[in-house]
Amino acid sequence: MGLMKRFIGFIKKEFYHIFRDKRSLFILFGMPIAQIMLFGFAVTNEINNVDIAILDHSKDVTTKEIINKISASKYFSVSNYIRNEAEIETAFKKGKIKAVLVFEKDFSKKIGKENIATIQVIADATDPNTANTISNYTSAILQKYQQEINTTIKIPYQIIPKTRMVYNPELKSVFMFVPGVMTIILMLVSAMMTSISITREKELGTMEILLVSPLKPSQVIVGKVVPYIFLSIINAVIIVLLSIFVFKMPIQGSLILLGIESILFIITSLSLGILISTISASQQTAMMISLMALMLPTILLSGFIFPITSMPVVLQVISNIIPAKWFIIILKGIMLKGVGLSFVWKETLILVIMTLFFIGLSIKKYKIRLE
Amino acid sequence: MGIKIENISKSFKKIEALKDITFNVNDGELFGLIGPDGAGKTTLFRILTTLLIANEGTASIVGFDVEKDFQKIRNIIGYMPGKFSLYQDLTVEENLKFFATIFGTTIEENYDLIKDIYIQIEPFKNRRAGKLSGGMKQKLALSCALIHKPKVLFLDEPTTGVDPVSRKEFWEMLKRLQQKGITILVSTPYMDEAALCDRIALIQDGRILQIDTPEEIIKHYPKTIYNVCADNMYKLIESLKKYTHNYNVYPFGEFVHYTDKRIDFNPNELLHFLEEQQLKNIQINKTQPTIEDTFMELAK
Amino acid sequence: MKEEAVIQVENLTKKFGDFTAVNAISFEVKKGEIFGFLGANGAGKTTAMKMLIGIYKPTSGNAQVASFNVYKNPNEIKKNIGYMSQKFALYDDLTVKENITFFGGIYGLSRSQIKEKTAQLIEELNLQETVNQLVGTLPLGWKQKISFSVALLHNPKIVFLDEPTSGVDPITRRQFWEMIYETANNGTTIFVTTHYMDEAEYCDRVSIMVNGNIEALDTPKKLKKQFNVVTMNDVFLKLARSPSLTLPFGKGVKND
Repeated sequence: MGLMKRFIGFIKKEFYHIFRDKRSLFILFGMPIAQIMLFGFAVTNEINNVDIAILDHSKDVTTKEIINKISASKYFSVSNYIRNEAEIETAFKKGKIKAVLVFEKDFSKKIGKENIATIQVIADATDPNTANTISNYTSAILQKYQQEINTTIKIPYQIIPKTRMVYNPELKSVFMFVPGVMTIILMLVSAMMTSISITREKELGTMEILLVSPLKPSQVIVGKVVPYIFLSIINAVIIVLLSIFVFKMPIQGSLILLGIESILFIITSLSLGILISTISASQQTAMMISLMALMLPTILLSGFIFPITSMPVVLQVISNIIPAKWFIIILKGIMLKGVGLSFVWKETLILVIMTLFFIGLSIKKYKIRLE
Repeated sequence: MGIKIENISKSFKKIEALKDITFNVNDGELFGLIGPDGAGKTTLFRILTTLLIANEGTASIVGFDVEKDFQKIRNIIGYMPGKFSLYQDLTVEENLKFFATIFGTTIEENYDLIKDIYIQIEPFKNRRAGKLSGGMKQKLALSCALIHKPKVLFLDEPTTGVDPVSRKEFWEMLKRLQQKGITILVSTPYMDEAALCDRIALIQDGRILQIDTPEEIIKHYPKTIYNVCADNMYKLIESLKKYTHNYNVYPFGEFVHYTDKRIDFNPNELLHFLEEQQLKNIQINKTQPTIEDTFMELAK
Repeated sequence: MKEEAVIQVENLTKKFGDFTAVNAISFEVKKGEIFGFLGANGAGKTTAMKMLIGIYKPTSGNAQVASFNVYKNPNEIKKNIGYMSQKFALYDDLTVKENITFFGGIYGLSRSQIKEKTAQLIEELNLQETVNQLVGTLPLGWKQKISFSVALLHNPKIVFLDEPTSGVDPITRRQFWEMIYETANNGTTIFVTTHYMDEAEYCDRVSIMVNGNIEALDTPKKLKKQFNVVTMNDVFLKLARSPSLTLPFGKGVKND
């Protein structure tokens, strides 16, 4: 009874701190919303209305038709018709266009006679991702057009590869970012904020008084951590709601499983935060360690932005010790594929083991005295 | 028995912070630990409040060993660290309530003990602690350290950074707490506060110089001190230092405290010497030694 | 020569909103004088000092510091004064020499001047062994002496000292005051702000601020006589009627 009262008193105090500090409130709730919006709207792999130029040496029926198809798609808008090869360079240098399509001479005739004609796609590869996407999208449009004319002219046999994108059929990049952003935010809020709030007590000298009180160190720690569990859960809910309602991302799997896995990851991050606070003496150090040792690897090595399979072997091995990697796999599984625990039990188990390890280490490192 | 300290030593890396400290504080005593910054006062306080473990020696608080029985000690002591250690973003009342709760008590239960002190800051109970003046912060910190009715109170430099009026009030509060049976160990760098304690320990460079009542400590000063003053302080000090028989020359406010090597010292000789040095308005009078004089004599 | 006033203050006032922190204070400080500027926390002494060193613009009134006007030439004032505070004095993570070089540099001393001054300081303060040590590893008393010397590097007309000797051991503290006496004797004015009355006893003249006003200004000797007490501490206690001081302005707000 008495214990519970002390504990509640402690948590109450913690909430006072949080709600009276405008900066931490902003980090807590402004950041998740800002990040998800940023990744959802601004940072994207898709192309939309990319300006291209056309150099048409034939100007016949077929080229007209193809050009119409291309400009009708939402991916491209034809902004410039150029007359000769020399102008290509100038057009690129002006910077507005990202690609030039070059149709060779006598396009229709060649198709009629030789069954073959070429279109050259010249793409601005200063941004390799976009260049790649542009070339893929143009090929797709051309292939489709080819199929249409092929229905009239019968060719005996032809193998047409049909690609179907499953789980994210429209290749919406926001679907890829949601699990990543959620991971980063839970990590940031849980690990960085707790480590900062614990070291703040050290810096202020209040930790001395808490240590000299009958409160056990474990009670102090749990008391400091519980408010952040609540806040992180709220954050997770906000992110999921934003992705469902703003980005129309369907959550395929069980929401309950998603919740449980998120709480697991929150606890993993909190135990990391406690660990950081035991080794840093000031808020500044805690923040630096959180950013350098947690955020960077989480962003770079978790598979959030760079696919793990295309990393050098060393980094692939290292990525295994990043808790975020496993959480992202779990999230993608539940959110996009709709799988159940039977498919992500291995990743879950890894997270559980990591959490127990971090908690054990922090308890061992946590001091009941000042040294 | 209040506090028992036996042969405590403590080092941090190469620095010896405390060297073989031994003294006792009686039940209900107001005991002062007097010494400059860096003398080891805070380290000793942290050992006694179970925050640090000594390299050598033992210490006990009302019979409990500081190392083995630290949990018991944490229940019965009040501690006010040197730095202002309250939550700046919490109000006066919230701070007090918080400390009451973590010690498993309420403000109402022990209001009697803190009433005298808290009543002075109660009108501002909804103000954040960070916005209080130095004297009020100190009163709040003391209230928080007392809220669980501790048997022993540890105050580490409670009057540093506080103006004379608040200092005076603070010492009056300590006297009243002492009457309520609380044993108090207080540290301070201000020698003039020594006289307000029952007994004091003078400490410098991790060593205890002397332990006694303030009166006894002054009584044991070996020399006769003369207050010397003249129209030009700088020249006066220069001249006194040139005087071959000088034992100590210490500026002391508007005077210089002068002691002579000889037992049969005649102030008139010194007067002549100073007059030869072109000093004017010279006065030489016998004066009582202070704790500070003793401290300097012992620390030399 | 000694009668020349280096600080002249007339009806100097600073208001923050409707709160008057410094209320029309007037005084003069003479060349080579050790002037104590006393007051409790929040009495307005820090605000007044900030106006004198050109950091705050006064609301009204006038002040000349080192013969420069606080409104027109705050930058000239800064070049002609030195400042040393208990809280910040030297960089702990630089060596003694690096500190001297740095502070000499920001006050515009040439390289040869810095070299000369460094040699002089090493000689005067016996720093031969410690000049290449980090300041953070030195005892407090040493730091205080070195930082005082550093505040004097550019031969300022006035040095402002903020609680220079609080917490320092009694012997070092006396060595420090001897340095101050010597500096004053050489013609540099010393302006000490403090609320430690034992520091006040060392000053030639002291002023005591209470709630934004200067309530007393004289030599410690005369003040003690006037109030019929033995120490400056008692003078202060008599002037600052409790509880107006612990609750400055009757509101209990910290303003320093």
